[in-house]
Amino acid sequence: MRKQLALYLMLSLCVGLLAGCGSSNSGSSSSQTETAASAETGAEADTTASTEASGSGDNTIYFGVNYELTGANPIIGEAAIKGIDMAVNNINAAGGVMVDGVSYQLAYKALDNGFNTEESALNAQEFADDESIIAMVGPNDSDMCMATSAILTEYGLPMIAPWSTLVELTDNEYILRACFTDNFQGEILAKYAYDYENSKTAAVLYDMSNPYNVGVAENFKTSYEALGGEVVEFLTYNGKTGETDFTSQMTKIAAAAPDILLLPNFYEEIITQTTQARDMGYTGKFIGSDTWGDDSLLEWDTENLLEGSVWCGHYHKDVASDAALEFIDEYHEIYGDSGDPNDIVALNYDAVYLLKLGIENAQALDRASVHEGLMSIESYEGVTGNMVFDNGNGDPTKSAVVIKIEDGEFKYVATVEP
Amino acid sequence: MSAFLQQFINFLQLGSIYALTAISFSIVYGIAGLVNFAHGAIFTVSMYFLYFLSTALFRVTEAKWIVYILALIAASVATSVVAMAIERFAYRPLRNAPAVATVVSSVGVGMALEYLCLNFAGSKAKRMASLIPSHNFNIAGINVPLYKVMIVVIALVAMVVLSLLIKKTRLGTAMRAVSQDKVAAGFMGISTNRVISAAFVLGAVLAAVAASLYGTAYSIFAYDVGDTINWWSFIAAVLGGIGSIEGAVLGGFIIGAINIVMPIVLPVSSYKDIVAFAVLIMVLMVKPTGLLGKNSVEKI
Repeated sequence: MRKQLALYLMLSLCVGLLAGCGSSNSGSSSSQTETAASAETGAEADTTASTEASGSGDNTIYFGVNYELTGANPIIGEAAIKGIDMAVNNINAAGGVMVDGVSYQLAYKALDNGFNTEESALNAQEFADDESIIAMVGPNDSDMCMATSAILTEYGLPMIAPWSTLVELTDNEYILRACFTDNFQGEILAKYAYDYENSKTAAVLYDMSNPYNVGVAENFKTSYEALGGEVVEFLTYNGKTGETDFTSQMTKIAAAAPDILLLPNFYEEIITQTTQARDMGYTGKFIGSDTWGDDSLLEWDTENLLEGSVWCGHYHKDVASDAALEFIDEYHEIYGDSGDPNDIVALNYDAVYLLKLGIENAQALDRASVHEGLMSIESYEGVTGNMVFDNGNGDPTKSAVVIKIEDGEFKYVATVEP
Repeated sequence: MSAFLQQFINFLQLGSIYALTAISFSIVYGIAGLVNFAHGAIFTVSMYFLYFLSTALFRVTEAKWIVYILALIAASVATSVVAMAIERFAYRPLRNAPAVATVVSSVGVGMALEYLCLNFAGSKAKRMASLIPSHNFNIAGINVPLYKVMIVVIALVAMVVLSLLIKKTRLGTAMRAVSQDKVAAGFMGISTNRVISAAFVLGAVLAAVAASLYGTAYSIFAYDVGDTINWWSFIAAVLGGIGSIEGAVLGGFIIGAINIVMPIVLPVSSYKDIVAFAVLIMVLMVKPTGLLGKNSVEKI
C-alpha cells in the first residue's frame, strides 16, 4: 500500500513538474503553444487557428514570436500576442503579403520565454533551426532581446524588437526596432523634469539587474546634469531576486529631499516603491519611463499616490492618427471594453506590419532577402506614430508622448519630437 | 537622527517578517527532519487565500480589523489543510527514503503549488487591500504608519504564543520529544504522524500570519511572491541554526538588518546580497550548525 502510494505520488509529482515546466519551456509543438496563446487572449482563438490550418499549403509565411507569457511580467506577453494576432488577422484579411505577384498568408509560431534570458535564447535557437521561420518578432524586454542577439547573427535570422529601448540592441545589424531608444527617453524625462517641473534636484531608484532600467537611469542622469540639475541620489536594487523592500533606499532619498524621483522600473513595482517613498516622508514628484504604461497601475493606485506623476510613452489616443483610432476601436471590439490597448499591444502590431513591409521590399522569402528588405525600410506610418529609419541602423526616429496621471487616468500632455 | 530611527523601524519591520517565515522552516525541520522547500509556495497560497477572502469580506463589512481577523483565521485554516495534505501525500510516504528524495519532493510540490496558483489566479499581479486601518504616529519627528507598528506587534505575539505552545502544552512536549528521537517518542506512546502533522499546521499558520503582514507592507504580489521569501527565510533559518526557533528569529533579524543597513553604507545598494551570503558562509565556517544550532552527531 505504502509503495503504491509513493509511486502514485511520484507520478503525480512528475506530471505536476511537467505541467509546470510546460508553460515556461514551451514544448516544440508550435500548434500547441499557439492555441495556448490564443486561448489566453480569448476571442481570437478561432481566427488564428484557421489561419494556421488554411496556411498548411505553400502560400504561408511563418515568423516566430518570442514572448513573455509567464514569469515576472506576464502581462507583457499577453499584450504582445494581442497586438500580433490583430496585425496578422488584418493583414491576411486585406489580402496577405504580396511577393512576386502571389498572395501569401502570414502565420506565426509563438514560444513563451518566461521572462527569462535562457528561455529567450532557446526559443531563438528553435526558430533559427526551423527553416520555415523567416524572422522573429520579440522578445519585448531588453534583457531578453540581448540574450537572443548572438543567435540571430549566427543564423542570419532577422528580428523585430517591438518594445526594447536599450540603446546597444541595434548594434546587431539583424535587429530592427519599432520604438525609440533609452537615450531619447532619458533625455525627454530629464527635459521634462528640468524645464516643465522647474526641478533643480532629482533622485533615481532603478533595478540594476535589467539593462533597460540601467539605460534609462543613466541617460536621464547625463541629460539632467547637462541641463544644470543635480542628481542627489542614484540608487539601485536587484529586481531578479524579487526584492520588495526599498525602505532603506527610500529613507536615503527622502533625507536628500529631491524635487523629482525617477522610477524607470516595471509597473508592477511602482506602487510598492511610491508607497514606501511616501511612508518614508518623500514629498516631491514621481516620474517614470515607458514601462509605466499599463492600466493596472491606475487600478492599483487606490491611495492616489501617483496623481500628478508623469511618464513617457509611445502613443496616446488623444493624438492618435486615424489608423491608430481604428486600431483602438478594433481592440475594444475584440477584447471587450477593458481599457485601451497599451504601448506593447500597439508596438507589436506595428512590428508585424514592419515585417510585412520588409518582405514586400525584399520580394523574396529567404532570411537574407527579408533581412535586407527590413533594413531598407525608409519610413512607416504605424499606429504608434511615424517612424523614419534614417539612423544607419535599425533604430527609427519617432516622437514620444508625455503622459500625466490625472484623476486616475492617463492624460496626454505633450508630444516630443526628436 | 530621524533617518536613523526611520531605518531602525524599517529593520524591525523586515526582520519581523523574515523571522516569522524562518520559524516555519525551522519548526518543520526540527520536528519532521525535513527541509521544506515548498514553504515559499505555502506562503504564496496563503497570500492568495487572504487576497480572495479579504476581497469577499470587504463586500460585507468596511471594518478593517474584523476583515483582518476573519480573513487571517480562515486563511490559516485553509493553508493548514493544504500543508497537511502535502505532508500526508508528498512527504509521509518518503519518510524512510533518503533525505535527498524528500528535498526533491518538496521542491516539486513547491513548483506544482506555484503553478496551480498561476492557473487559478492568473498571471496578473494583485493588490492586497490594506487590512490595517491607516493611521500615522509622529514619533520623535518621524512619521510612523500604524501598519509598521502592527507588523512588529503581531509578529511578536505570534512568536510568544508559539514558544508558550512548545514549552507549556502537551503537544509542545510531544513535539520536543519527536524532535529529539522519533523512535523513542513512538515507544512512549506519542503518535509521530500526528505530531509531524501538527508541525506542518504550525508552519502554515505562521505562513498565513507572515503573509498578512507582508501583504500589508508590500501590497502588490503575483504567483511568484514566495520565491524570495523561500530563499531568504531558508538562509535566515540556516544562519540562526536550523531547527532552533530562537535561532530562526535571530537569523531573520540579521537578514533584515543586512537588507536595511547595506544599501546605506555600500556604494551600490544592491550588493547587499553578496554581504548576506558572505555572512552566511563565514558563520557556517566557524559554526557549521548555525549561530544557535545544537551540535548533534549524525548517525549513519
